[in-house]
Amino acid sequence: MWTLKLIAADTKVNFIRYRLIAFALSAFLMVGSVAVFMGNGLNFGIDFKGGTLIEISSEAEIDIAQLRGQLTGLNVGEVQIQQFGTPTDALIRVSEDSQAVSAQGGLSAVESIRNELQDRFEIRRVEVVGPQVSGELIQTGILAVVAAIASMLIYIWFRFEWQFSVGAVLALVHDVVLTIGIFSLLQLDFNLSILAAILTIVGYSMNDTVVVYDRVRENLRKFKKMQLDDLLNVAINETLSRTVMTSVTTLIALTALYVFGGEVIRGFTFAMIWGVLVGTYSSVFIASPLLLYLGVKRDWSGNQKD
Amino acid sequence: MLHFSKLKIAGLALAVLAGLLFSLPNFLSPQTRQSMPDFLPSSALNLGLDLQGGSHLLLSVDVKEVQNERLDGLVADVRLALRGAGIGYTGLGRVANGVSVSLRDSSQINQAREVLEDLAQPVAALVFGGFNNAVDLDITQNGDSGFTLTLTEEAIIARNSRTLQQSIEIIRRRIDELGTTEPSIQRQGDTRILVQVPGLDDPQRLKALLGQTAKMNFHLVDQTGSPYEVMNGKRAPAGARLVFTDTEPGVPYLIRRRAMVSGERLVDASIGFDPQTNAPEVNFRFDSVGGKKFGEVTKANIGRPFAIVLDDKIISAPVIQSAILGGAGRITGNFTVQEANDLAILLRAGALPAPMDILEERTVGPGLGADSVAAGRIALIVGFVAVIGFMLLSYNLFGLFANVALIVNMVLIMAVLSGLQATLTLPGIAGIVLTVGMAVDANVLIFERIREELRANKTPITAIDVGYSRALGTILDANVTTLLAAIILFQLGSGPIRGFAVTLAIGIVTSVFTAFTLTRFFISLWVRAKGRPAQLPL
Repeated sequence: MWTLKLIAADTKVNFIRYRLIAFALSAFLMVGSVAVFMGNGLNFGIDFKGGTLIEISSEAEIDIAQLRGQLTGLNVGEVQIQQFGTPTDALIRVSEDSQAVSAQGGLSAVESIRNELQDRFEIRRVEVVGPQVSGELIQTGILAVVAAIASMLIYIWFRFEWQFSVGAVLALVHDVVLTIGIFSLLQLDFNLSILAAILTIVGYSMNDTVVVYDRVRENLRKFKKMQLDDLLNVAINETLSRTVMTSVTTLIALTALYVFGGEVIRGFTFAMIWGVLVGTYSSVFIASPLLLYLGVKRDWSGNQKD
Repeated sequence: MLHFSKLKIAGLALAVLAGLLFSLPNFLSPQTRQSMPDFLPSSALNLGLDLQGGSHLLLSVDVKEVQNERLDGLVADVRLALRGAGIGYTGLGRVANGVSVSLRDSSQINQAREVLEDLAQPVAALVFGGFNNAVDLDITQNGDSGFTLTLTEEAIIARNSRTLQQSIEIIRRRIDELGTTEPSIQRQGDTRILVQVPGLDDPQRLKALLGQTAKMNFHLVDQTGSPYEVMNGKRAPAGARLVFTDTEPGVPYLIRRRAMVSGERLVDASIGFDPQTNAPEVNFRFDSVGGKKFGEVTKANIGRPFAIVLDDKIISAPVIQSAILGGAGRITGNFTVQEANDLAILLRAGALPAPMDILEERTVGPGLGADSVAAGRIALIVGFVAVIGFMLLSYNLFGLFANVALIVNMVLIMAVLSGLQATLTLPGIAGIVLTVGMAVDANVLIFERIREELRANKTPITAIDVGYSRALGTILDANVTTLLAAIILFQLGSGPIRGFAVTLAIGIVTSVFTAFTLTRFFISLWVRAKGRPAQLPL
């Protein structure tokens, strides 16, 4: 009976041997991410920066330059306009400082723009975020990522040993830093949904790492005399087929979402695809080899929890 | 691992059946759903604002304003109380968070303290079941002849809480007038209110209705001074103050500080049309006390102008032609029909206890919502078909089992979402699509483990048995981590993001459930049908 096998049945790749190359590559990418982040910053969306976002749509192609001229004439402050997905859709952004989000003030930027455009365009979406809310969103966002990583640290610590939790969390930090790095490098819109993606990546990458770690623990009991690097290799190779299978099915689903899911969640899907790739890589090449240096306990005979 | 008791089979069948029942309403037309018998679940998926269109507004209530009102009132109370007790004072006035006063004669200090302590109101009067015996004033002595009165922490909390409750009530009345379906108005934290109104044609109008305090009062116009001179820096006559009309540019008027009748006395308001000019106007009616007062004041001031002041702007300043008895009147501003209509709504609903600011607005038009639903549906179908094909190629018959489990998984997710009436958002759909990819993970882990055991020369049945039991721990550990992430997401998130966390969490639970029950059940059936299979279709 024929079946599709992405990974041969009995792989014996010496992953641990390539660890220094992987560490160097990851260190380079992480330093690069931090450097790009320092230099470029993130292209924060209005969720985190405050301001106004209006999505418009038209039957015909939208002339961005002409639209820009028209809106600049309104004197609502700094207006950014970009095509959104198709030439018949556009996204208008007005930065926070030129926008008083007060209901009792005069005509706000949204109202002026709405009045100007609503006859010729369909106003599909309006988002206004005041400075107070955006500040809080940044805070809760950072808190959530830290809380997610911390809870993983504690969970793995309880279920395994501290060495495992340190290894796993270093891999998580690696994934988060690289995701922030790519968003900074490409200057993609960084909004709340990207934050949600990062948290999901944390969960996914952890999931992948736990599967490998679980096998490492099992083998530690089974092969009491095996060299640790060989043992790690065996564990990675045994779970390799599953690692690849799950990544592929998840990527298949995400690709469908990226292509067909519409413009609104494209940023989210992009982050997820990137995160699945990075997370899978880090489980195999970072989290597992790190155990070599963290000094895992070799004698598990007294420990029967599974 | 391959044995299923009758009870288990029944339980499994029941779970699947319940899933089908609860997800069924989504495939029926609203009419059919209406006509279903009551014992069947009839609620379909609850679409979020980003999918059905609508407005989400986060409002901040300026609770400080209410505290200030209380403190302003306190100044007057202190004056009256001290005068009444014959205690001389100087420098009575507001300080930052309270009221301060000094006595002329420091020997009266104890007497003054008693008088002031009588001013404190029990906090329990503000909220039921509140803080027992707490009063709303802290009285601290300054030196040997002065006092500072501040609001206590309990009083501020209780007052804020009441302000928010009243605001929510009034917002609800205003929105109900718009005739939209199922608005959601919730308190958020200590000073905020979240308003969500689905399927609204005109979000601007909603904002206009919520943005006004709508405090209306009737004042006599003060004719002892010139408003233009006061505008240029001259002191206003005693008991009068400067107010502008709501026109552009505003015309200044001097009005008496004391309202002749307060807007709280209004009991009804409606739109009307002037019989001569056919211009829109607002008709209003006072309660009996207000009507009587209005009658008396107008009778005494025939020929003089009075001002109708709305949120500190004059909307109309007519001259009193004759005594207005009977407690009804009309406002003829320069209204459009909608303006007159909205003003009537605002007056009927009553004034907000404090001004509100809009902190956040998210409005999605119905067009985008429908497009998002369509895009999400296509993505889901494509992702689903692709994953199913891939699983079939990779695991043959066992892949087919996993696929049936995946389908049941989708049904269960839909059932749980419909049954709990959780909100499905666009990120929520993304969560479902992601679940399609990740849900097979549990089965992948099991199948790969079985293959490994086969390679270790175990018999097929032992391999299945060992595969399942060994994979169980791994699957639980691995999924708990994703579940933790989903829970944190839920805590952090607002609307759409929460929707994602919910579908992700439900997806994780149902996928582990189906892998360990349904797929296993299929495999056990197959094993039994084959007798003792020498090979596994894997």
